[in-house]
Amino acid sequence: MNANLNELRAKISEHRAKKRGRNWLHVREGIIETGLLAAALSSIAITLGIVFILCWESVGFFKEVSLTQFFFDTQWTPLFDPPHYGILPLLSGTLMTTFVALCVALPLGTITAIYLSEFAAPWVREFVKPLLELLSAVPTVVYGYFALYLVAPLMQNIIPDLPASCMLTAGIVMGIMIIPYVSSLSEDAMRAVPMLLREGAYALGANRIRTALTVVFPAATSGIGAAYILGLSRAIGETMIVAIAGGMQPKLSIDPRDPAMTVTAYIVQVSQGDLPHGSIGYKTIFAAGLTLFVMTLVFNLIGHYLKKRYREAY
Amino acid sequence: MVDATPSLKVQVRQLRVFYGENEAIKGVDIPVYANRITALIGPSGCGKTTLLRCFNRMHDFQKNVRYEGDIVLYPSEKNLLSRDVDPMEVRLLTGMVFQKPNPFPKSIFENVAFGLRLRGMSNRQELSERVEKALIGSALWDDVKDRLGRPATELSGGQQQRLCIARALATEPEVLLLDEPTSAMDPISTSRIEDVIFELKDRMTIVIVTHNMQQAARISDYTAFMYRGQLIEFRATEEIFQRPSEELTKSYLGGSFG
Amino acid sequence: MKDVDKLIRQQKFQDRFFAVLGFLCTLVGLVVLSILIIDLLRDGWKSLDYQFLTSFPSRKAESAGILVAWIGSILVAIVTALTAVPLGIAAAIYLEEYARKNWLTSFVEINITNLAGVPSIIYGLMSLGLFVYFLGLGRNVFVGGLTLGFLILPIIIVATREAIRSVPNGIREAAYALGATKWQVIWHHLLPCSVNGIATGTIIALSRALGESAPLIVVGAVVFNTVLPPSPLQANFPFVNFDWLDSSFSVMPIQVFNWVSRPQEAFHRNAAAASIVLIFITLTLNGMAMFIRYRFRKKVQW
Repeated sequence: MNANLNELRAKISEHRAKKRGRNWLHVREGIIETGLLAAALSSIAITLGIVFILCWESVGFFKEVSLTQFFFDTQWTPLFDPPHYGILPLLSGTLMTTFVALCVALPLGTITAIYLSEFAAPWVREFVKPLLELLSAVPTVVYGYFALYLVAPLMQNIIPDLPASCMLTAGIVMGIMIIPYVSSLSEDAMRAVPMLLREGAYALGANRIRTALTVVFPAATSGIGAAYILGLSRAIGETMIVAIAGGMQPKLSIDPRDPAMTVTAYIVQVSQGDLPHGSIGYKTIFAAGLTLFVMTLVFNLIGHYLKKRYREAY
Repeated sequence: MVDATPSLKVQVRQLRVFYGENEAIKGVDIPVYANRITALIGPSGCGKTTLLRCFNRMHDFQKNVRYEGDIVLYPSEKNLLSRDVDPMEVRLLTGMVFQKPNPFPKSIFENVAFGLRLRGMSNRQELSERVEKALIGSALWDDVKDRLGRPATELSGGQQQRLCIARALATEPEVLLLDEPTSAMDPISTSRIEDVIFELKDRMTIVIVTHNMQQAARISDYTAFMYRGQLIEFRATEEIFQRPSEELTKSYLGGSFG
Repeated sequence: MKDVDKLIRQQKFQDRFFAVLGFLCTLVGLVVLSILIIDLLRDGWKSLDYQFLTSFPSRKAESAGILVAWIGSILVAIVTALTAVPLGIAAAIYLEEYARKNWLTSFVEINITNLAGVPSIIYGLMSLGLFVYFLGLGRNVFVGGLTLGFLILPIIIVATREAIRSVPNGIREAAYALGATKWQVIWHHLLPCSVNGIATGTIIALSRALGESAPLIVVGAVVFNTVLPPSPLQANFPFVNFDWLDSSFSVMPIQVFNWVSRPQEAFHRNAAAASIVLIFITLTLNGMAMFIRYRFRKKVQW
């Protein structure tokens, strides 16, 4: 009788321990899931951090400088007396260098993408694609060196009276750096177009290039658009190439032969100096940064929307 | 009215197709008669689509493909498989409609006009006339005549396939090749497209691959039954369905395998 | 309608023309890269010697070296890796295996995509305002590493997600069927299978971090640094110290930037030499990543 009871007690004990064990397992799983969720949410925390700091300091900036001044004054001379806080020269510098860069990267990148997607043999594609991606792996300071000491003298030989640092030189080198951004995504978009569509064109007697331009390219516009926007965004945010080779003079100009200063180059220049924390000069970099952030945010969202559309299409 | 003695449009002679070491088509002889519909039937993998794609040299896009034999077009006596004949030339002479509709990302008008523009036609009036003629031929004109500028993707599946037929018709090919054109369609669309195909034979020579033997029985004049790369039997459709001479044909038509 | 022969000749010519044009355009980038490397080697090879690698920066170009810079790069890279890798992998696991398809998940995903596209200098601004001043952490290795860690976080998340996603469902299902919990499946099955994808992504991300200068300049990396950060290792107990996290620092790309901006020719040669080292490291890392990706693509047969 006692033996049976003990046996029963042991069994109950064992069962309870197992349940506790299972409970602990559940608890552990819960803790892990919460931890992982926190990690995922950290990305939102980072964005909030960026937005918070940029807005906080910019609010302080705009207490002293009016919005009209900021957007419409044609001079950016925060450290002069009297100081001017018009962002237009910085914006024109950014947009002009971006424009030059895109003039290089979009045609070269698109033609490369069409070639790799529609013409090249598979082994060529396998070989060339990683090599092209190396272009974007080179540190931008090295591109800056290249721009200032190799490309600039070359350009000065071609174009008379060209200053050593100008938007043209910096823009061209930036364009070369951006080619893989454009070509890689465009090529992916074109390869995603089903073969059946191409066969329809070939069966009518079309050659490869006609098929590529009139059938494949239009079918892939969303993805190609996303690629272009990616290149654009990257160009707007580029710092070191323009800081080294673009000329550090804030000048409102649409002539690429002029030196200029981009929003990013200004921030770098100021950071190297010794502006006291809280001074208006210090706050200018955050106002500039906010402008930059908003620009790239808009373009990134457009690019994201386009990418979603191309993914859904096929 | 069916002519008593149909003339020969294409003769497939001793055709062999090799994918690397694999012989996909093993010595096939088939006559294709003008203004008639010739159906290629057989179980999956028998080579009917492979055979069809020889007519417009679509295999040339793959590596490792080798042809032996001839496919001779009449009355020009041009051997479509000859190395001296450019594949592009062959495709300019033929038209193909695929298993799934594949309209280009363009307007309805531009889809049909694609082949015409390719051949150098640019006069708006001429193009409009040819496009209209092609769309009437594929029984799509009434559906789309008011919206020729709309994107082709707005059309339903059956309409898109008829658009693809119009696109192939517009260039007035010597032979129209149909690769299981209704396999992705519902029964109503299938029946409408079969009507279109049947009407077309008055002006066109048609070769159709189909996995649906009832379809072959319904619309074709001649049927070729293939199995594992070989031609088992080629007869007038009525004869092959009512009095098949080969055992294999009998089994297939009886539904023993598919 | 055109004559058929003429049409065919025209079309074939177009194809051939474009094939050549396309090939040349594709090469442009590669040719430029080669010119760049050759030019660097020509300018900087002679300056690249043991003395260069182990000296401090100096006002005299001949005696200047990159010691402080590459040590700084390594120290910052350690903090960067320790920040981004665990955080990135954890976030990716959550998004791939736990998250439901609701608005919050979409929001997080859009957010990550956006962060990937934010210019690197903005991360510097955030760190400056938030970490250096608001939280008072100062301008040191730790803050620099954090900044770059956040910068490369999206890259690691995306790469890890792709790696996890490519593990076939069969493995998950088999493990669950044997009674494993979600975390057990992840830890013992999914992660080991994704290791090469994660490794590739991490290496590429770190290579990117090593080449960054703008955000670190903003955060306050010292452009002319003559003092090494203290060593993490020490002779007496507990053998490791953390003072190095609080020290000022410089990194390789910033050293290049500093020398490039100087007017003297001799410093340009130094810049070239430092660039050679930098490119060598970057290309080697990328090469390693490509190699891993290639080898394992052949090996893994699902």
